[in-house]
Amino acid sequence: MLRLEKRPNPSKFWNYATPVTAVLLTMVAGGILFMLLGKNPFEAIKLIFWDPLFSEQFASYSRPQLLVKAGPLILIAVGLSIGFRAGIWNIGAEGQYIIGALCAAGVALAFYPSESWLVFPLMIVAGAFGGWLWAMIPAILKTRFNTNEILVSLLLVYVAEKLLAAAATGFMRNPDGAGFPGSRNLNQYPAAANHELFANTGLHWGGVAAFIAVLFTYILLQRHILGYHVQLAGQAPRAARFAGVAPARLVVLCLGLSGAFAGLAGMFEVAGPARQITIDFNAGYGFTAIIVAFLGRLHPVGIVLAGLLLALTYIGGELAQFMLNLPAAAIQVFQGMLLFFLLALDVLSNYRIRLGVSPRASEAV
Amino acid sequence: MKRRELLATSAAALGLAATLGSTARAQSPLRVGFIYLGPPGDFGWTYAHDQARLTAQEHFGDTVETFFVENVPEGPDSERIMTQMALSGADMIFATSFGYGPSVNAVAQRFPDVAFEHATGYLQEAPNVSLYNSRFYQGRAVIGHIAGRMTETNKVGYIASFPIPEVIRGINAAYIHAKKANPDVEFSIVWVYSWFDPAQEAAAAEALIEQGCDIMMQHTDSTAPLTVAQDAGVLGFGQASDMTQFAPDAHLTAIIDNWAPYYMHRIQEKLDGTWEAGNVWQGLPEGEVEFAPFSDKIPADVQEETNALIESMRNREYHPFTGPLNRQDGTPWLAEGETADDGTLLGMNFYVEGISGEIPS
Repeated sequence: MLRLEKRPNPSKFWNYATPVTAVLLTMVAGGILFMLLGKNPFEAIKLIFWDPLFSEQFASYSRPQLLVKAGPLILIAVGLSIGFRAGIWNIGAEGQYIIGALCAAGVALAFYPSESWLVFPLMIVAGAFGGWLWAMIPAILKTRFNTNEILVSLLLVYVAEKLLAAAATGFMRNPDGAGFPGSRNLNQYPAAANHELFANTGLHWGGVAAFIAVLFTYILLQRHILGYHVQLAGQAPRAARFAGVAPARLVVLCLGLSGAFAGLAGMFEVAGPARQITIDFNAGYGFTAIIVAFLGRLHPVGIVLAGLLLALTYIGGELAQFMLNLPAAAIQVFQGMLLFFLLALDVLSNYRIRLGVSPRASEAV
Repeated sequence: MKRRELLATSAAALGLAATLGSTARAQSPLRVGFIYLGPPGDFGWTYAHDQARLTAQEHFGDTVETFFVENVPEGPDSERIMTQMALSGADMIFATSFGYGPSVNAVAQRFPDVAFEHATGYLQEAPNVSLYNSRFYQGRAVIGHIAGRMTETNKVGYIASFPIPEVIRGINAAYIHAKKANPDVEFSIVWVYSWFDPAQEAAAAEALIEQGCDIMMQHTDSTAPLTVAQDAGVLGFGQASDMTQFAPDAHLTAIIDNWAPYYMHRIQEKLDGTWEAGNVWQGLPEGEVEFAPFSDKIPADVQEETNALIESMRNREYHPFTGPLNRQDGTPWLAEGETADDGTLLGMNFYVEGISGEIPS
C-alpha cells in the first residue's frame, strides 16, 4: 500500500524549486505530446514560451498583450486568495465579473454622451459595487441560512450569464447597431474608454488596479490583524473561534472583497479590451483565476507570476495553434499538465510516500 | 443535374485560374487564416465553415495555405489572435462569427494590406473589411412549408437562441410558409439564450413536446432537440449540417450552410489581386443554402411542392417575404406583391401577424 506521510519540515529549497521544475516537466511531457501529434516539439515549445516574449515577429505586440491578458486574472485571483486562505470558497468570480461589467457599462451608457471626467470614476465604483453585491448573495445566504457558498456562488454565474444575454440583446443594446446584439462601443466614447495609459505597453487602468490590489492584499495578509484572522480561520478554525474571530464577519468580508475585485476586473475589461457588452462578454477569467490563485500558492507575488505564466501559455498556445496546426485541445492539455505537475510536486514536497500500512492504522486494527 | 454541371464547369474554370495564379506567385502560398467560435466538430455552425475551408484548401492545393484557431471567444481574444495571424504573414482572414465585428475592424485598420472577411456582421470601419452573410431565411421558408404540411397537432415547436434579427427573420419566414401550407398552424417559441447548450435545448424540446408540438425547429447548434424528438416519436429538422445520424427517424431534412463557393471565389480574387471589400448576402441561387436529403417520411406530394418552392427561390422568381403581410400588431407591412427590402430584413425586430407571444427584450 502506498500512503502519504506529512513531512515535519518541508524543504525551503523545494518550496521555490517546485514551480520551476513543474514548468520544465510540462515542457518535456508537452513536447512528447506534440511529437505524438506529429509536430516538432522544440518548435512548439519555443512558440509557446519564447516567441511571445522575444521573437522579432511577434514580441513587440504580444509582450504588452501579456499584461492585458494577465491583468484581470491577477486582479480576480488575489481577491479569491484571501477567502481561499480562510477556507471560504468563492467559485463564482465569473458571475461577479459579469455583474461588475454590467453595472459599469450601465453607468457609462446612462450618461452617454457625457464628456464629464466623472463618468470613469463612477464606473469604477459601480463595477466594484456590482461585483460586491453579487457576492453578497452567497455571503448572506451562508451566514443566515448556512447554505454552501461554493454551490450558490457557482450557480449565480449562470444567472449572471442570462442577465448578460438579456442586456446585450435588450436593455443595453446599441440603438445605432441596426438591431444587432451588443452595447455601444465604449472605446468610441471618450469619457468611458479605458485606453492604454502609455502607447504599446498594454498597461491600462486594470493593470494599475491589479498592482494596487496585489500590494493591498500583501499588506493585509502580512501586516494586518484581519490577515491574521484569515490565516487562523483557514488553518485552525476552532482556535480562531477562541481567538475571537467572528466567522460570519469573515465570510461577508472575504466574499465581498473577492466580489468587488472581480467586479472591478469586469469594469476595466468592458471599458477597455472588450469594448462593449456582448452576449459572450465573459471569457472565463473568473474560473481561470481560481487556477491562477492556486498556481500562485495563494500568495500575492506568486499570483502575479502565475497570472503572467498562464497568460503566456494562452498567447503562445494560440501561436502554436495556427503556426503548427495544433488542435486547441492539445494546448488545453498542455495547460492542464502545468497545473497537474505543480500540484503533484507540491504534494511530494510536503509529504513523503511510504510503502506499507501506517503505524497508527495498524495499531487501530 | 444541371446545377451540378454548372458547378463543375465553374470549379474547373476556377481551377484553371488558380494554376495561372500560382505561376505568378510560384514560391510563397497565399496564407489564409480562419477564426472559429466553436470546435470544427460541433456539427453545426463551425463545422460548416471548416468544411468550406477544407474544400477550398483541396481546390487550391499548394497555392494556398489555410490555417485556423478554434474556440475563439468574441472580444479581446479574437482581436489578439487576428493580430498575431496578421503578424505571422496572413494575407487574408475569415472571421466566422458576428461578435468578432469590432475586433475585425480594429485589426483591419492596423493591417491595411490584409483582406478581412467577416461573417454575418454589419460594421465596416476600414476599407479592407468585407462582409458576407447567407439568406438562411430561404431555408427556413422551406422547412416551414414542410412543417405546416406534416404537423398533425397543428403545433410546431421552435427553439430560438437569441432575440436578434437573424433569428426573428427565421421564425417569420418559417411561420409564413407553414401558415400558407396549413392555415391552422400555431408556433410555440422557446428562447434559450444560447447558441449551443445541449441540456437546455433538450429541456426546451421536452417542454414543447409536452405542449403538444409534433414538429421541432431549432435555431441552436446542438443535436439535442433532435434526439429528444427521436425518443418522443416526433419530427424535427437539422441545423447547419445533415444531422440524420443523430435521429434517423425524426430528421426530415436540414438547412445546410455551404460557404465553400464564396470562400473559393474570394480567395481566388485575392490570388489574382482583384479582391475588394464588399458586402454580399447570398443564398439559394448561389448554392450557399442547401438541404440535406429529404426523409422518406415526407410524402411524395409534399416533397414535390417543396422542391418547387426551392426551385422558385433558386431562380429568383419568388421572395419568401412577399406581401400582403402585416406586422404582429396588425399594422400593414408589405402590400400585395411587394417584397421586403434587405435593410428591413437585416434589422428585423418584429413578428409577422399570426405569431403569438412577444419578442423578449
